[in-house]
Amino acid sequence: MIALRKRVAFVIRGGRVIDPSNGVDRTADLFVQRGKIVGIDTAPPNFSADAEIDARGRIVCPGLVELSAHLREPGQEHKATIESETRAAAAGGITTLCCPPDTDPVIDTPAVVELIRQRTDQAGYSRVVTLGALTQGLGGERLSEAAALQQAGCCGLSNARRPMANSQVQRRAFEYAASFGATVFIHAEDHWLVNDGCAHEGAITTRMGLPAIPAAAETAAVARDLALVEHTGVRTHFCRLSTARAVQMVARAQHDGLPVTADVAIPYLFLTDMDLVGFNAQCHVQPPLRTIRDRDALRAGLARGTRSALCADHQPHEADAKLAPFPSTEPGISGLDTLLSLALRLIDENLLTLTDVIERLTIGPARILGLEAQGVGSLSVGKRADIVVIDPERPWRVAAETLRSAGQNTPFLGWELKGQVTHTLVGGKLVFQRDA
Amino acid sequence: MKSGSLQVDAHGRLRHFLSIEGLGHQLVTDILDTAESFSGVTEQTVKKVPLLRGKTIVNLFFEASTRTRTTFELAAKRLSADVLNINIDASSAIKGETLLDTLRNLEAMHIDMFVVRHGESGAAHFIARHVAPHISVINAGDGRHAHPTQAMLDMFTIRRVKGPEFGRLRVAIVGDILHSRVARSQIHALNILNTGEVRVVAPRTLTPADATTLGVHVFHNLEEGIKDVDVIMMLRLQRERMQGALLPSEHEYFRLFGLTQKRLDLAQPDVTVMHPGPINRGVEMDSQVADGPHSVILEQVTHGIAVRMAIMSMAMRQKVSTAEAGA
Repeated sequence: MIALRKRVAFVIRGGRVIDPSNGVDRTADLFVQRGKIVGIDTAPPNFSADAEIDARGRIVCPGLVELSAHLREPGQEHKATIESETRAAAAGGITTLCCPPDTDPVIDTPAVVELIRQRTDQAGYSRVVTLGALTQGLGGERLSEAAALQQAGCCGLSNARRPMANSQVQRRAFEYAASFGATVFIHAEDHWLVNDGCAHEGAITTRMGLPAIPAAAETAAVARDLALVEHTGVRTHFCRLSTARAVQMVARAQHDGLPVTADVAIPYLFLTDMDLVGFNAQCHVQPPLRTIRDRDALRAGLARGTRSALCADHQPHEADAKLAPFPSTEPGISGLDTLLSLALRLIDENLLTLTDVIERLTIGPARILGLEAQGVGSLSVGKRADIVVIDPERPWRVAAETLRSAGQNTPFLGWELKGQVTHTLVGGKLVFQRDA
Repeated sequence: MKSGSLQVDAHGRLRHFLSIEGLGHQLVTDILDTAESFSGVTEQTVKKVPLLRGKTIVNLFFEASTRTRTTFELAAKRLSADVLNINIDASSAIKGETLLDTLRNLEAMHIDMFVVRHGESGAAHFIARHVAPHISVINAGDGRHAHPTQAMLDMFTIRRVKGPEFGRLRVAIVGDILHSRVARSQIHALNILNTGEVRVVAPRTLTPADATTLGVHVFHNLEEGIKDVDVIMMLRLQRERMQGALLPSEHEYFRLFGLTQKRLDLAQPDVTVMHPGPINRGVEMDSQVADGPHSVILEQVTHGIAVRMAIMSMAMRQKVSTAEAGA
């Protein structure tokens, strides 16, 4: 056994090294020292390994980057904590997590950014980066001190799922962010069209009598925001697209040269509104699961997209949050544990190649967060050693006892998946290793 | 899990009564036949049978309702069960106590059946999935989802008036389809009984998305929608629909969708007019129609007791036989 969480010199031997950002896919040894990658194939002079990881038959790739992980701290520690979730992330091969600003208190001052950083350092597992609030208190009315938040380390700005008061505030917020080159992360939802809805408006809500959210709630918001992006030139990222039409609109905008990117959360590639039948509250998510047609368009967009990313959209909940009649359950899926294995399943389903999957889980999201210059999402000599070793064939069954997140709210319970992380290095420290 | 498997056991017998959807033709017919046998009881001078003697039934109402609760109470009493009415105003429910807490507390009092009304779709399914296995759950209305006992009493009424051949009937359901649990249950029941044609009639704002997937023809014009129909089932219009920008006014609604004698003439000469009550006179229909010769609105109320007796006893009969088998 190798000592956990100690910065020692490693050699990761004989693995299939896949690093899409550098176009690498070959068997190689990887040398790690003082937190950095110091050699690929050959060790630097005077290198002496304290520990060796046997990666033969395994994949060695950059640590995964998760675009949206609600860590529930500060504010909702009864659901999860930074410690519990960064630990689960490490076991899932995720070495960088992006925390959205809707914590309590919200991330609208550098103090909250600092608090999260301290807690993350104390925990000592995966790294956490933050998005700052676009408006004060996420109230949607007054601009937050975006420059201070950026200086404190926020990767971008977002109003999470809270509505902006009106289009004028949205425009001003975009303009202000554009003046520092900050990226705005958008949850495209027309608040009024979402109303009290909890499921996709269509045949399923009609049968089940659930308050419905039309596809237009997303497309109307995307259309408005694209118009404002065009007007302001702000760099924007559309979070968690759920409709075929919105995917098409964003692709069109990219084609037209607008500075926009988008991601998809992995449950939306496997589930549809039909999974709600029987009032399965584990499938209560926002935006809602939509139709098979939408799911297939999201899949096609992911396969086609050169600037797209996959994420877990991690939202851990305590059990009670899902123990109520469907409309009053809390939306969201706990996703850190299943992100990698579900993504690998897309290879068996002939949607993506292994390199595509790793690309969309590593350098793809790292670029969206502006972290690629720090070496996040790639394996480059001289850059930080965030590395995972994966046994791609290892089977496992999603069950309460196999989940490490504090949130066990997942509709994938009982699924037979394959692919598990055997080792995770964050900044050159081994933060997770799986017992054989 | 499909509602069918939750509410029906491996032998096809009723465990809970949550939704019409997923019930088989045979079970629906059995309920109607059993209700027919109970309707004799309700007309006797001693209006009681000892079927559920010693059983305790709780009417658990999270939404105010006098009418439905009263008929459930009467049905339970005529089956000789002990009945407890609990009204919980959801808005004033003690903060922190969840629906599950409430259930666990009542379960601890050895209840045999919950009759539940709740403002949220799926509430009855949720409760059925979480109660102790010996308890039956009857859905007395959940959100916009289902009101299956109302639909069964409507089917009972249609069968009494028109006979058992639903295949030759054209039925129009008129009003706020979007928000109506009654309409959803009626549509499923009519389709299970192989009704010739089921129509829904409503303005676009009160018609749910992809409504035709329910197995209905959709009309936005009342005259066209009720032309040549044998049965018209009116729905109650809630006042709050004016606030949500769904309708401009009750006046305009009545002008476009109100059932008047003149419009009734477009339907079959022997058309039957139904309404789940309470009626907004001058909004959904004229008094002349509500009280006229085609109306069976009060018969519906009477039939509600026999139908609920049938459903309650069938759900409990399964429990009684399970208990005997276990002993």
